[in-house]
Amino acid sequence: MSVVAVRPRSPRPQRQTLAGTTTRVKAARLDWVLMLAAGALLAIGALLVWSATSTRDDLTAGDPNSYFKKQLVNIAIGVVLGVMVAATDHRWVRILAPLVYVASVIGLVLVLVMGSTINGSRSWIQLGGLSVQPAEFAKLAVVIGMALLVAERTEGSLRTKEVRSLDVVGMLAIAGLPALLILLQPDLGTMLVLSATVFGVLAVSGARRTWLAGLFAGAVVTATLAVRLHVLKAYQLDRFMAFTNPNLDPRGAGYNTTQARIAIGNGGIFGQGLFGGSQTKSGFVPEQHTDFIFTVAGEELGLVGSAVLIALLGVVLWRALRIAMRTDDLFGRVAAAGIACWFGFQAFQNIGMCLGIMPVTGVPLPLVSYGGSSMFASLMALGLLQNIHLRSGEGIGVARSRLQRSRF
Amino acid sequence: MARKPRLRTSSATKGRLRLVVVQALVLSLFVTLFARLWYMQVLGGEAYQAQAAEQSIRELVVQPARGLIVDDMGRPLVANRTSWVVSLDRTMLHKMSDDQQATLLARLSKAVDVPVKKIEARTLLCGEPGSVAGTCWNGSPYQPVPVAEDVRQQVAVSIMEQQEDFPAVLVESQNVRAYPSPYGINAAHVLGYLSPITEAELDEAKAQHDTSVHGASVVGRAGLEKEYDKYLRGRPGYKRVAVDSMGRVLGDSGEVQGKAGDTLVTSIDARVQAVVEQQLEQTIKTARRTYDKVTHKNYVADSGAVVVMDAKNGRVVAMAGAPTYNPKVWVGGITSKQLSRLYSAKADNPLLFRATQGQFAPGSTWKPIMTTGALNNGFSPSTRLDCSSGFQVGNRWFKNYESASYGSIGFDRALQISCDTFFYRVGYRFWQRYGTDEGDVNAKDPLVKTAKLYGFGKPTGIDLPGEASGRIADRHWKRAYWEANKSYYCKIGKKPGNDFLHVFAREFCVDGYAYRAGDAVNYVIGQGDTLVTPLQSARAYAALSNGGTLYEPRVAKAIVGPNGKVIRTIKPAKVGRVKLSRKSLRYVDQALLGTARTGTTAWKFIDFPLDKVHIRSKTGSAEVHGKQSTSWVASYDKNYVVLMMVTQGGTGSGTSGPAVRKIWEALYGVKGMKVDTAKAALPGARTPLGLPVFARDGEILPPVARPSTTKGKKR
Repeated sequence: MSVVAVRPRSPRPQRQTLAGTTTRVKAARLDWVLMLAAGALLAIGALLVWSATSTRDDLTAGDPNSYFKKQLVNIAIGVVLGVMVAATDHRWVRILAPLVYVASVIGLVLVLVMGSTINGSRSWIQLGGLSVQPAEFAKLAVVIGMALLVAERTEGSLRTKEVRSLDVVGMLAIAGLPALLILLQPDLGTMLVLSATVFGVLAVSGARRTWLAGLFAGAVVTATLAVRLHVLKAYQLDRFMAFTNPNLDPRGAGYNTTQARIAIGNGGIFGQGLFGGSQTKSGFVPEQHTDFIFTVAGEELGLVGSAVLIALLGVVLWRALRIAMRTDDLFGRVAAAGIACWFGFQAFQNIGMCLGIMPVTGVPLPLVSYGGSSMFASLMALGLLQNIHLRSGEGIGVARSRLQRSRF
Repeated sequence: MARKPRLRTSSATKGRLRLVVVQALVLSLFVTLFARLWYMQVLGGEAYQAQAAEQSIRELVVQPARGLIVDDMGRPLVANRTSWVVSLDRTMLHKMSDDQQATLLARLSKAVDVPVKKIEARTLLCGEPGSVAGTCWNGSPYQPVPVAEDVRQQVAVSIMEQQEDFPAVLVESQNVRAYPSPYGINAAHVLGYLSPITEAELDEAKAQHDTSVHGASVVGRAGLEKEYDKYLRGRPGYKRVAVDSMGRVLGDSGEVQGKAGDTLVTSIDARVQAVVEQQLEQTIKTARRTYDKVTHKNYVADSGAVVVMDAKNGRVVAMAGAPTYNPKVWVGGITSKQLSRLYSAKADNPLLFRATQGQFAPGSTWKPIMTTGALNNGFSPSTRLDCSSGFQVGNRWFKNYESASYGSIGFDRALQISCDTFFYRVGYRFWQRYGTDEGDVNAKDPLVKTAKLYGFGKPTGIDLPGEASGRIADRHWKRAYWEANKSYYCKIGKKPGNDFLHVFAREFCVDGYAYRAGDAVNYVIGQGDTLVTPLQSARAYAALSNGGTLYEPRVAKAIVGPNGKVIRTIKPAKVGRVKLSRKSLRYVDQALLGTARTGTTAWKFIDFPLDKVHIRSKTGSAEVHGKQSTSWVASYDKNYVVLMMVTQGGTGSGTSGPAVRKIWEALYGVKGMKVDTAKAALPGARTPLGLPVFARDGEILPPVARPSTTKGKKR
């Protein structure tokens, strides 16, 4: 972590001379496709949240628009956070990254100490009137933390451009602390997403294939042992496997997965129209405005609308990976790829759960599900993507010289 | 320098290559999602849509109002009233957690005052572990299960107002049977009762695509309710309401209109029925206070029956049986205690309708039937036979009633004074002529043939279920009975002992099939093993009254739709003519006129205007082995047959005579020696020709009066 202190090396005057022109140039160079896709997802998500909660008096306490309004506020805050991240100088991003990491680890510890339990896991801390889910920020923190480590170690190294085993161990350590805290909650869903993300980050950072294969094998062995040695209780396993057979947990996950499938299947090709879904209006699907938001799209927008939603997520991922490809900066590439892995796996996990092909675990659909923490973390991640994009767009020449320079 | 860039490129290339792999991976995952989405929404869409409809749409059954049963004047005998029913939706209930369920059940139990255990037992599906036949729910698992019936309105309204405290609980008003009981009638046996449909019946209805019943239906189990069930029950409607996941109703989403049941118009007249029931009850009460010199105790008078029939067409005007029951016990479910009482022998089987289901030895009421047979088979009105105090048949001396002797008399006098020895001689003659071969089952027997002509030994075909057939104890029956029972008696006979049973068993074992002269003489006076139902007997007398036409008796007259339109008129069916000469029937008819003047009923018809109401009558005191005698009075004129019997009730006229007279008085408006048909139970003392008038506002008015020309006709 001491590496961080070495960072602010770039010559301040140089930046100041550019300051007058950059804002306009930056706006023009934003990844507008990513922006539009994300904006569309946010808009659709807000409408779906509205539809899912408008008839749920038990949630809204009488105001059918209350969740819609709250989600708009979440989006607004998230956009502000995202713009702040995007506008921050990349050097400051590197400086702030460790702070974000430390903050989220503290948050995770606080959750375990004073968190409130919702749906069987201790994932929330109450801050004033807000309930914050530190695990959401932890995902972002782990991604940038790992990216930072690999970038610092590799770019700063004279001997090799290879990612050394020590670096891999360091990255795993960065991911390991929050992962342990998340496991203690326990929040299996976030854990799965985090694992997939970490694996993706390691892969993109260039870790050796043996490391990747070893980690994969290790995960399989750990999972098998957890089941064999009854670290996972039978009911937890049943809960996890309920998506294959709802009778394993008929009143919990099995009920959720059954109702989710019914709602989506009820949509047909064109859906029943926004605010027109019988299952949605009647509140058959639990947690429909958060984890099961996709079922609203499934029932009310049908195959067409849901496919558009999936496609929009696909566009976001495509742009994220494109940014990762185009940047010459190792930090940027690893971070962008990490964000893509995070969004991609979480979206697959969430939609797969609604479709009955993935276990029922509480992870939100990025940019769509109702919820503050997830929204803020996602939009900050998008801000970071734009930041990386802008930087890679600052000019190949500049970047090259900078990369060259950074080695000396 | 040359090495380093190559290395750097290699690292970057590796990362980029891996990014391509990630891209491909993401693409494949998203394609998977899309494929799955397509599979669920397009391929499997219909199944999911069906499931969605099933859980978000609840079908509420709208019970049709069951049809009324009205009497000949349009007075409702069976109607409907509103009853509040509290039901529980199983599907919604099972979505709650165990704690929530327990809380709800406890709260509901307190509100409707039904133990939690009972509620739980009623919501179990038949076939589920722990379900008890009879209490379990045999309807659709998706329909709310009624857990409390006939709840007070106050309770029902309070549950409805606190919907949030009672999720999955429904309160509905339901139509249940009401018995307005005009003139205080009971008529339970005729009207019948309802009980919930059984699982087997529901399955069968489903197999036949019968939509008139559903899991909460009640169906007719006896009497008219059973016989005309398919008209009375109507067709249930279904209201489809959208419900949320907690079972709260969100709104209507369509309704399938049901159809109210049809009204059944009967020929029962409530006023006559009331008189008949009162008289039967009174007669039994009086008999139980009367000392029987033969058995040295009061009469038991355990059961009885009265039939009042329109002699011209076989329609039943009134019919009562005793003991009876209160039809209200069936409304909203009968308790097992009440049910076991209804089936108990100790309470004399109140469910058994003596008029159609009771089988009794006819006693001397059999004689007029036998007379018509004898007159068509060699005897004539001029026949004179000795009414001696006794008659020797083989080694047995058959006594006349109270050993009286009246000298040589004709059939007319023999009927009026009910002379047994006269009829013994008639029966003995036939036996001597045709049947001396005791083992010949095919021996000619004109008197058995006569009984068959009147329809004895077979159900009359009345439109009431469960009718008994009675039995003619002829040679065929005796042979069959012997064959069925000989092994049992032969076994008893082999054991030592010289009491009645053992001696009888030995004789029966050897030649129990033999149709002896004793059987023949017993048969002719309605003793022995011949059994008739009161209804069969009344119908036979109706044939004597109307000149020989045998009808299938009818209680129902018409079925009228809810809109007042006649759907079906039910005509009395003619079984045929009694193939005996009109002369012989007229002879008996005239002879029976004398019974009330100078015969066995005369002492009960003193100061009765017999010259205005021409009552023919015949009494009977049938002896039953080991019991007191059965009292019979059969009487008729040109319009009505009035027949009454009381088991273990004493003599015919002594016990039943006064009641029969009272019924005749009511039928004709007799006051002292005056006949005032205006005061008769039926307008003009005649059964109405037409049906009650169904007014457009739903009111039912009496039928249009008969044209006055029929007045003053000979009765």
